[in-house]
Amino acid sequence: MAKVTIDGHMIEVPDGTTILQAARMLVDKNPEVDAKVAPPTMCYYSKLKTSGGYCRTCVVKVTKGSEKDPRPMPKPVASCRTNVMDGMEVVNITSPEVLEARKGVVEFLLINHPLDCPICDQAGECHLQDLGYEHGLAKTRYDFSRRTFNLIDIGPYIKLHMTRCIMCFRCIKVADQITNNRFQGMLFRGDASEISTYIEKAIDNDFSGNVIDVCPVGALTDRTFRFKSRVWFTKPMDAHRNCTKCSGKVAIWMKGNEVLRVTARKDQWGEAIDWICNDCRFEKKDAKDWVIEKPSHISRHSVISQNHYENLAQLKLDIGKQQKQIAAKK
Amino acid sequence: MLTNRSQVVSKKEMTLIEKMYLPAIFSGMWITFTHLFKKSATIRYPEQTREFSGIYRGQHVLKRDEKGAERCTACGLCAVACPAEAITMVSAERKPGEEHLYREEKYAKIYEINMLRCIFCGDCEEACPKEAIFLTDRKVDSFYTRKEFIYGKSILVESKDSPIDLTKRQTPDVKEFKLDKHYAHNQTFDKNKKTKVGGHH
Repeated sequence: MAKVTIDGHMIEVPDGTTILQAARMLVDKNPEVDAKVAPPTMCYYSKLKTSGGYCRTCVVKVTKGSEKDPRPMPKPVASCRTNVMDGMEVVNITSPEVLEARKGVVEFLLINHPLDCPICDQAGECHLQDLGYEHGLAKTRYDFSRRTFNLIDIGPYIKLHMTRCIMCFRCIKVADQITNNRFQGMLFRGDASEISTYIEKAIDNDFSGNVIDVCPVGALTDRTFRFKSRVWFTKPMDAHRNCTKCSGKVAIWMKGNEVLRVTARKDQWGEAIDWICNDCRFEKKDAKDWVIEKPSHISRHSVISQNHYENLAQLKLDIGKQQKQIAAKK
Repeated sequence: MLTNRSQVVSKKEMTLIEKMYLPAIFSGMWITFTHLFKKSATIRYPEQTREFSGIYRGQHVLKRDEKGAERCTACGLCAVACPAEAITMVSAERKPGEEHLYREEKYAKIYEINMLRCIFCGDCEEACPKEAIFLTDRKVDSFYTRKEFIYGKSILVESKDSPIDLTKRQTPDVKEFKLDKHYAHNQTFDKNKKTKVGGHH
């Protein structure tokens, strides 16, 4: 076990835990700790092995290496790839230097990213949008034209907007680890690199649709939902069905009684809780296919939480109680 | 008591003259009579109209760009900004060959504003990243049924031949204030930069 202090909060974690995981554990265990103490991630995905280490969004400063060697680390480190040491002291949001470094990283991520949020289906639930918003990068200092690609259809269900890709490798890890038949990969190197696939050998793996959920931006989107609605006009509901291929536990995004989109349920870090199969994701677009449990939990800071009432029954009870109280006063 | 004009109601008995009511009636009639010689508070609408304020916000317009393509990309920001929830839209994907009709890859197939709900606050204009929707100095017509107040694209989108003039409210000062928006989303507006601006392709 190692004791690590992050932004002044102490937590004891098993050896071999990364700083990022420790920070997430800290937030999970202590509700009073600001959730921002856990660094934001664009490429790291806890459910995908060997993910992380590409984007540098999660940089933190180690002010004390360990109990035995208390020297600080010379540069900000990627918290998703740095393991904790006993007695380590880490600063994240309490350090202006880290925030400045992260701001630089975000600016780099945005260099080739188009500003087509008004068109993009991911807008409203996009991690890059949140990150850019958080760091106030409304303007670009980049003067050159951005790289553009033609749209690619990866099979009948998935659309690849290579222009929007930030090279996080998550989709490739999904293809490697979740599906048994890898269908896409990275071509070329450096700033010329791009995600690509053999279109002729279009994927028909049952779990290929999960690349949409792991994509932090709108590079991989659902063709069955393409331009159907903005996400904040749809209501996410936790629902399930008996599925032979996956757990069948999904979030369905409804507009009225219509199911516009099916995605995996997301945890508080924006990661899929259960991988779901393509059948559930793309084929079951009828409300009768699903048993609706309850409205999904949406952070109230998200635009999706607009008009989204998670506990309508309780709300109605409260209103009824208040009305009775008012009537009693009269 | 905020106005200092409130009066305490007195319930004291009226005098004989007060009970006759005649002085009160005559003083009232005198006030009415003097109004014959005063300037009328009303005008003969619709033959006459009052001067509009420079910042008057009336019926919306969906603008076209320089090439006559619709600017609106159905991003839904106006609808989400609308406090009266008056705006609804359905988006569609632009097909090859329709580039002269719609500026972006996505466009509004249906765009409706319920003019009975609209409070003309101008938040939609504020929210629009594409410089598509503006409130103009035109009045909304009156109709006999509620249905007619739901304005669709046929009314809202300006015609190619007679573009709607916005210069009254969109003055150079206002445009300067909004420059940030142009910078980010609308390349054509960026006069100061010679190089191609990113953020748009």
